[in-house]
This record gives sequence, structure tokens and C-alpha cells, in this order.
Amino acid sequence: MKHSSRIGGRSRRVKSFLATALMFITAALLMVPFYFMFLSSLKPGTEMLRNGLSLTFDPGVSSFKNYEALNTYRDGIYWQWYKSSLIIMVLQTAVGLVLSSMVGYGLAMYRFKGRNAVFTLVLILMMVPFEILLLPLYRMLIKAHLTDTYFGVILPYLVPPFMIFFFRQYVLGLPKELLEAARIDGCTDYGVFFKIMVPNMIPAYGAMTILSCMNSWNNLLWPLIVLSSNEKFTIPIGMGTTITPYGNAFDVLMPGAVMAVVPIIIVYLFAQKTFIAGLTSGSVKG
Amino acid sequence: MQTLSSSEKERRSFRDIFLDPKFVPYFFIAPFLIFFLVIYLYPFVTTILMSFQRIDGPNSVEFVGTANYERLFNRNFKQALGTTFRYAFWDVVVLTIVPLIFAVILNSGAVRFPSFFKSIYFIPALTSTIVVGIVFRLAFGTLETAPANRLLALFGQPPKDWLMFPDTGNFVLILLTLWRWMGVNIIYYISGLQAIPKELYEAAEIDGANAVQQFFHISLPGIRPVLIYVITITVLGGFAMFTESVALWAQNNPGGVGRTIVGYMYLMGFYKNNMGMASAVGLVLLGLVLAVNLLQLIAMGFFRKED
Repeated sequence: MKHSSRIGGRSRRVKSFLATALMFITAALLMVPFYFMFLSSLKPGTEMLRNGLSLTFDPGVSSFKNYEALNTYRDGIYWQWYKSSLIIMVLQTAVGLVLSSMVGYGLAMYRFKGRNAVFTLVLILMMVPFEILLLPLYRMLIKAHLTDTYFGVILPYLVPPFMIFFFRQYVLGLPKELLEAARIDGCTDYGVFFKIMVPNMIPAYGAMTILSCMNSWNNLLWPLIVLSSNEKFTIPIGMGTTITPYGNAFDVLMPGAVMAVVPIIIVYLFAQKTFIAGLTSGSVKG
Repeated sequence: MQTLSSSEKERRSFRDIFLDPKFVPYFFIAPFLIFFLVIYLYPFVTTILMSFQRIDGPNSVEFVGTANYERLFNRNFKQALGTTFRYAFWDVVVLTIVPLIFAVILNSGAVRFPSFFKSIYFIPALTSTIVVGIVFRLAFGTLETAPANRLLALFGQPPKDWLMFPDTGNFVLILLTLWRWMGVNIIYYISGLQAIPKELYEAAEIDGANAVQQFFHISLPGIRPVLIYVITITVLGGFAMFTESVALWAQNNPGGVGRTIVGYMYLMGFYKNNMGMASAVGLVLLGLVLAVNLLQLIAMGFFRKED
């Protein structure tokens, strides 16, 4: 009896070691592109052209000089793109969170005629490839004189269906008695939402903030269609289409890539516990 | 006694409606309804009309029947279809299975610091595909010293022109997608796995079921809703892929390697200025996504009545 349990313990420890090792190796592999990116950002562009990427750190040619090049490259256009990306990200996320949390809340907290139809519509829209609507939307923008504006970029993301879905799932888990109790205290339904429910939905807001920032920061096709003036470009447009990896452009391409990645990772590392908890709690309930 | 002017009466009655519990939910969902009409329905109807038109400018619109659809039977579009199908297939296979394996291992209790690994795996999803695509493009570059070719050399293989051929190009695309999305799907799966009651596993253990049997008889049925969700969004993402292809090949690669359906739509609409044909491409894409997802949902038993 004692003997067999000791063997069980040992095999469990071996399993635990192997599983942890597998996870660790995978984590290390996933970090490799970041490592490449950072090392390359320190090397002169000519060195990159000659030798491409390499995993070895060469102190002879490496320096932070490329990061200074970001300030001077085409009169600092990189930081213009950065600013555009930030403005669009903040606007899109703020508006999207407010509107879709209201809609999700309405769908979860109330029973009303047409509720199921509206929710089904939300589900269907989540399955429609949004890309197919970009051409007619673009024609609409032209008619409304909204091309080359930030508002034009965020217009199709004002009330994203996936956010409505997420908030609805989250609110389903909140006690309905909160609403009744606050109504008795003389609060209007909107007051209940903003004063009582919103604070209870913080984890959901946290998760959706990060998802929305991710989507916005990474969005390429629609901003590419809408924006036409160089200084309004976002980072993906600028880095993907304007800077080609030839000649001196390498000097800005790699530090530019690092600077584009760093801020969002810092935000994530601070908020990741709430974020993952929020993301999980919303998706569990069918 | 004072009499209310009619405008005051109206204002008061709007306020009453606004606060009436019967109407409140409609005010909450109003933003979505307006958004749906303007951003989805109107453009959708427009794109259907446009797909039957030849548009040479705002004042020159001509009804051409199904001509735009017939013109889709060309070499370039077939190539884009092939690229997209190949990518979507492997995307769904790889991004459904690999994260599931990791989620099960992470959730089994065998791994130390599981939440640390969960956090790390998620980091790639935060980055911009275009930005990281630059690294992938170089890692699988044509140079003999490109990291991927050095790896081949270790095994005595000749260097490859990874991005010049559909097969190897697709491999790099899938690798890029797996790198970015693995952590997201792991989190979805883990949330599903944690919702399964522990007693089910304990009972199975007493009955002598091994880990594999437990996986197929308890875990897999238990996470079916999450699995359906993951597959559905992966099908959508796979067929509508565009950014990854731009990241690896830039916008207008002459040979068309890596050009997807959305890439072809973009080419038609914005470079060839052929809005009618671009609309037809979009509707073909919509039909494909809906058909594949419908088949998938039927196969996964989504419409089956729960017993």
C-alpha cells in the first residue's frame, strides 16, 4: 500500500515536471519574435540588409541610436501615426464600451417584446464577415463627407456586436434584485444602471477595454480605406505600407515595431489578472 | 389651476415614456437598432444592388444582371479562393486542437504556475499583426542566413524561398496565426473546462476511467458550447483573413501568392475601381462563411434539442 502510493507520487511528480517543462518551452518559443524584434532594433539598417535577422547579440554594432531615428524620420511622422492610433483607440474603446454595455444590459436585465429577436440578430451579426460591408460603407462616408476623419474610422465600431454579447452574458450573472431594490428607493432605471450596475460590471469593462484596444490598435483594412492623408495614418498603415524594408527604412522599422508593442504589453501586465478573470467570467455562461 | 401648453404636455409625455419601465429596455437597446440600420442593413442592401451593377462613377450606373458574378470565373479569383480555403482549413484544424491540448494540460493541475503561463501565452495577441509580420517576413526570408533557413541547414536541408510558394507560404501564415491566437483560445477553453463539475471526474476515476477516456467522455462534451464558439469565430476569421497576408506579402504582390478573397475584393474595389465586381466577391464570401458555419453547427449538434 505504502509502496504503491510512493510510486504514484513519483510518477505524478514526473508528469508535473514534463507538463511544466512543455509549457515553459512553449512560452519561450512564443517570446522569440519579441527577442528578434528587440535585437534587430539595436542594429544599423545596413547590418540588417546584409545579414537579416539573427539571434546573436553583437555589442559592436548595437546601440539605441535607431530609436533617435524615429524622431527624425520624415520629420517625425512615426509619432504622428502613433498619435492617430492612440486617438482612434481611445475614442473607439470609450464609445464602444458605453453603448454596447447599455445594450447588453438591456438585453439581459429586462424581459420585453422582441428581446429574443434582437439577441438573435446580435448573434447573426457576429457571424457576418464585416469586410464585405466596407465598400458600401465607404461610399456612405463619401456622401457624408467623413472620409479621412477619425470619426469615419470609428463609425463601424460604435456598438460592436461581440461586446453586446459579452456584456449580456456578464449581466445575466448579476442579481436582478438590485434593480427592484433601487427602484423602490426612487431611483430611475437609468440611474440604477449608471450608479449601481456599472460598478458591478467593472471586470467586464476591463476585459472589453483590452479586447477593444487590441482590435483598434491592430486594425488595418478599414483605416486604410478611410484615411488618405499621411499624417493621419495609423501605425499598421504606416508600418505596413509606407515603410518598406529596404535601404535606411530598417533603421526605423524595427524600433518602430518595438515601440508599437511595448505600451500595450505594459498595460496588459498591470491589468492581466482582472482581464483574464473578466474574460473568463463572461464566456462561461451559455 | 393652470393649463399646460401643448409643447409642455408633449415634453412631459416624452419624459413619462422615457421613464416608463415598459419602454425603458427599448431605450437601452436603441443604440444597437440605429447602428444596425445604418452600419449593417443599409450597406448590405446597397452591396447586393451594386453586385448587379456596373458603376463607372456616381452618375453612370448600369444594371448588368449576373455579369459581375460570371466574371468571377477567372484565374486570379480561383487562386484567391484556393489560398483562402487552404488557410481557413488549417486555421480551423490547428487553432481548435492545439489550444485545446494546452488548456487541458494547464487545467489538469499537473502544471506549476498555470496562471503565469496563461498570461504569457496571451501576450502575442496584444501585438499588431502588421508589426510582428515584419519579423515573420524576415525570419522566413530568402536569405540563406534567415533564421528559418538556418534551422533547415541544421538538419542538412537546402534553404527555401518560404514566401514564394503557396504551401510554405500557408505554413508561415498558420504559424503567425497560431502564434497570435493560441493564448486567446486557451483562455476560452479553460473557462469552459472550469465550469465542468469536479465530481464528474472523481466519479469517472472511481469507475477506472483513464485520462484519455475522461477527456473524451467528460471534458469534450462539457466544453461543447465553448468549442462551437471557438470554431465559429475561427471559420469567420479564416475566410475573412486579410491583414496576415498583407503582413507577409504587402498589398499588391504581382504573383498573387497569399492573396485572399478579401484581398481580391480590395484589389477590385480600390485598385481596379470595379465596385460591382468587388460587391459580388463580398457576397460570395458571405455565402461561403454562412454555409461552412451552418454545416459546422449542424455537425456539432448546435441545433439539437438538449436532453
